[in-house]
Amino acid sequence: MSSGKKDELNRNMTLRVRALESLLLEKGLIETPAIDELVDMFENRLGPWNGAKVVARAWNDSEYKQRLLADGTAALAEMGFDTIQGEEMVIVENSPDTHNIIVCTLCSCFPWAVLGLPPVWYKSAPYRAEAARDPRGVLREFGTEISAGTELRVWDSNAELRYMVLPERPPGTEGMDTEELAKLVTRDSMIGVSKVAPPSAA
Amino acid sequence: MNSIHDMGGMHGLGAIDTTDDATVFHADWEAHTMALARAMMAGKYFNLDEYRYAMERINPACYLGLSYYQRWLAGTITMLVEKGVITQDEYEAQLDALKRGET
Repeated sequence: MSSGKKDELNRNMTLRVRALESLLLEKGLIETPAIDELVDMFENRLGPWNGAKVVARAWNDSEYKQRLLADGTAALAEMGFDTIQGEEMVIVENSPDTHNIIVCTLCSCFPWAVLGLPPVWYKSAPYRAEAARDPRGVLREFGTEISAGTELRVWDSNAELRYMVLPERPPGTEGMDTEELAKLVTRDSMIGVSKVAPPSAA
Repeated sequence: MNSIHDMGGMHGLGAIDTTDDATVFHADWEAHTMALARAMMAGKYFNLDEYRYAMERINPACYLGLSYYQRWLAGTITMLVEKGVITQDEYEAQLDALKRGET
């Protein structure tokens, strides 16, 4: 879309949303502070840094990792990450033999309690279609290599059940503490479209 | 329900645009659309499953042409009208007034 068309779309949509918001405010059905709070929560307080902490702890604490894999919901709650709508969480572990990737083919269900809101591509029609049909193609589009012998598992999320990938710990991270490890873990590696890169030499 | 939203495996939808500027909302209206939907669900005017169903019922040609938050807004308005919280006429009158700069 050209930037002119995009501006027009944004102007148009701004009016449409403002119309609904002002109508609901007039009827006393919403209040501005509540709207602002919701925006702040989703824009600033939820994000992949939460999931990264979980991954880092699992890498350094094998007992926590076992609990995480056995009951994701409970193990996340241990770290204070509650699923906001009461959905269950299942954590799936990547290894040299198995690579996991998550999708929501029907809409955009995403483990946002630990990863924040999903990227635009995750919610897009091409991803929703292709992840189910050709996950190796998806990985190629993201520039991620996995060997032909690695089993690839695709997890289709739904409203009641969400997934997060526990990515493989990269080489060169021996002895790193959880805070340092967490800095390496990307949102995309917890979706499964990429791997966690080894720490750079610098 | 086997409607247009059931996209797993579908062909012809094009390549994935993998670019991602990591911005949560690309315009204020998106953020407010999200917040309004959640606020109305928190107020129990409709629930998440009904809301999802409202979006799944969007005309297929429109569904494919609307962006993600445009679908959310359409779903919210559908829900509020169907539940009798607002009327379509009220909403359009409010929109007209805004366009004319009156509100």
